[in-house]
Amino acid sequence: MILKELSEATGVSGDEGDVRAVVLGALQGHVDEVKVDAMGNVLAFKRGTARPSTFKSGRRRLRVMLDAHMDEVGLMVVGHDSDGFLQMRNVGGIDPRLLPGTLLRVGPECIYGVVGIKPVHLLREKEGDKVPRIEELVIDVGAKNKDEAKGLAPLGTYATFATQFRELGPTVRGKAFDDRVGCAVLIELLRGERFRFDLHAAFTVQEEVGLRGAQTAAYAIEPDCAFALEGTVADDMPKDKDVSPTTKLGDGPALTVMDRSFIADRRLLRLLTSTAEELGIPYQFKQPGIGGTDAGAIHRAREGVPSVTVAVPCRYIHSPVALLSLDDFDNTVRLMRESLSRITRRTLQREKGG
Amino acid sequence: MKDLIRKLVETFGPSGFEDQIRAVIRGEVEPWADELRVDPLGSLVVHKQGGDGRRLVLAAHMDEIGVMVTHVDEGGFVRFARIGGLGTLTCVGARVAFEHGTVGVIGIEGKREDTSKAPKFEQLYIDVGATNRDDCPVRVGDAAVFVRPFAVQGRRLIAKAMDDRIGCAVLIETLRRLDRTPHDVYFVFSVQEETTLSGARTSAYGIDPDLAIAVDVTTTGDTPESRPMAVALGKGPAVKVKDSKMIAHPAVKDLLVQRAKEADIPFQLEVLEGGTTDAAAMQLVRAGVPAGCLSIPCRYVHSPSEMVDEEDVENSVRLLLEVLQAA
Repeated sequence: MILKELSEATGVSGDEGDVRAVVLGALQGHVDEVKVDAMGNVLAFKRGTARPSTFKSGRRRLRVMLDAHMDEVGLMVVGHDSDGFLQMRNVGGIDPRLLPGTLLRVGPECIYGVVGIKPVHLLREKEGDKVPRIEELVIDVGAKNKDEAKGLAPLGTYATFATQFRELGPTVRGKAFDDRVGCAVLIELLRGERFRFDLHAAFTVQEEVGLRGAQTAAYAIEPDCAFALEGTVADDMPKDKDVSPTTKLGDGPALTVMDRSFIADRRLLRLLTSTAEELGIPYQFKQPGIGGTDAGAIHRAREGVPSVTVAVPCRYIHSPVALLSLDDFDNTVRLMRESLSRITRRTLQREKGG
Repeated sequence: MKDLIRKLVETFGPSGFEDQIRAVIRGEVEPWADELRVDPLGSLVVHKQGGDGRRLVLAAHMDEIGVMVTHVDEGGFVRFARIGGLGTLTCVGARVAFEHGTVGVIGIEGKREDTSKAPKFEQLYIDVGATNRDDCPVRVGDAAVFVRPFAVQGRRLIAKAMDDRIGCAVLIETLRRLDRTPHDVYFVFSVQEETTLSGARTSAYGIDPDLAIAVDVTTTGDTPESRPMAVALGKGPAVKVKDSKMIAHPAVKDLLVQRAKEADIPFQLEVLEGGTTDAAAMQLVRAGVPAGCLSIPCRYVHSPSEMVDEEDVENSVRLLLEVLQAA
C-alpha cells in the first residue's frame, strides 16, 4: 500500500526529500512530465484527451490543478546541553502535551531518540498536572556530552515521530496522514486513466509552516481551477455537549466550504455534491471556520483560482499516531475521479445574470 | 441614490456567496459599461474606456459579514462560525436570513458562569424554528446575513452591510455621472474582502493598474466615550493615511486631498488603528501598485445597524469624479 510507504517516510517541512523520492517513484510511467521546482515541489503533468479548443486567450485544454502537501509537522534540534541532551522546537503545530516519552527518528540517518520524561515514581504532588512547555523538554539520543550530541544531531537536524504503519481492520494507523493520505489519493488519481483536461499535479512543500510551496506551484501552473487533497481533523470522540465533530470517521470525504484560509468555490462544491448524490457516494461537510489548507494559497495566485478542498477524515492528526478509515480513502478517490471526469468548461461558467 | 442604496444593502451577499449581489450590481452598471466581466473568483470588473491616460482601479467590495452553519444539534438548533469580523454583543437577539429565505434568531445559552462578561461565540446558536435535526431547513455550510431594513433618519442612512455596499453605491453613481475621463478606468466590485481580501488582490493582478483606490467605510471617533479617532460623520469623505495593514502611497493620498481642495469638497484625513481594506492587498500585487483609500465614515461598523451620512456619500462621489476627470 503506497500509503504505508508515504506515512513511514520522513518529511518535516523543509526536509521533504524522502517523501519526494517515494512520490517520484510512484509516478514513474504514469505521467507525461515531472519536475522538481525551486522550492522542492514535485510538479507532474498528465495530458488530457480532449481536443484543444479556443479558451481564454488561446487554443488549449482546461487546466486542473490537484494538490497535496508532502510535508508533515515535526521537530528541529535547536541546541545541545553539556550532558548531551538536545533542545528542540516544533516545526508546524504540535501540542507539547504529546511529546514526553515519545519515540523519535532523528536526522537523515534516522537514529532513535526519546523525548525525556521523569518517571512517575519521582513526580512531586501536582507536578503531573502541569503541561510542559517545549522549551523544558529534551531529546535523548544517548549522547554522553555536548560534542557527541552535536556529532549525532547538529543544529537544525529534523526529528519526526517513529511510528510504524499498521492496518487495524477497516482502519489504518500511522503518522503524517496529514497529508500523506492526500498524496496517496493524488497518486491513485494519476495512476488511473487520463482525464479530458490537462491534469497538473503538485506535491507541495512547507504547507504546515504557511502554505509556501503551493503558492509558487499555483503561480507556475496557472490553473483554471484547483482541488487541494487533504487529511483533516476528525474530532468524533465522545463529547459532553452536542457540538460539531469537525468531521466523522466513516462518513465519507469531507468537503470544505470555508476555513481560516479561503472560501471554497460554490461551482466546484456543487460538482462534488451532485456527483456524490448521483452515485450514492457518502460525503460530509467539514466544520466551517477551522484550519487552513493549500487552497488558501492557490485561490489567490495570479488572477485567482476557483478552489476547493477535499479531505479524508483522520483522528489524532499532528500527533504521533493518526487513524483513518479505508472506506473513506476509497470513497475520496472515487468521488474525485468521478467528479473530475464530469468537469467541463461549463462547470466553471457562471449563471446568466450572476 | 437612496433607492440604489436600499437595493444594495438589502441584498444577500456574505463573503463567498456573492451571486445575488453581483447580479443586482451588474443590472445597475451594465448600460454604462464599455466592457464587463466576472473574473475567476467572482469579482465584477466594469471597464470604462477613457483616453490613454493612466490605468486606474476603483474597488469596493460586494461581500458583507455573516455567519455560517457549523453544526445542527438534535433539537434542531444551529451552531455557527463567523464570516468576517463579528462581535458576540451585536449578535445576541439579532435576526439572520439565509440565501433562500430561512430566517433565524441568534440565541444565547442560559447556563453561563459569569453573565457580566461578553459571551463567547461557542455559547451562541441560531434558532430557525426547527424541532429536531431532521426538520432543520439549513445544513452545515449554509450562510446567513443580518436582517434589518434600510432606514433614513434626517441626513443619516442606517442599514446592515453599509460596509461596503455604500462603497458600491458610490462607485455605481460615479460611473453613471462620469461623462469623460482621460484615463482607462476599471470599477471593481470585489469578493471575499471581509475574510481574506482575495477578490481585490486577484482582480488587481489581472488588471495590472498604475494606481488603485479602494472605496470602503471607516470607523469614527464621534460617539459617546468612543475610542479616540479624528474622523466624524458628516465632515466629508476621509482620505486614508494609514490603517493596520497599509500605508497609503503619499502621491495617492495627496491626489485625493488636492482634488478635494480644488473643488471645495469637504474631506478629513484618516488614521485607522484597527482594520484594513482592499487597498492593502492591491498595493502588493505584481511589482507593487501605488494605492490609497477613500473612506466613507461609518458608525457601528460590523453591526446590524451601520450608519453613514448622506452628504459624505454625495461628496465621495464628487471627489472621485474630480479625480477621474482630471488629467
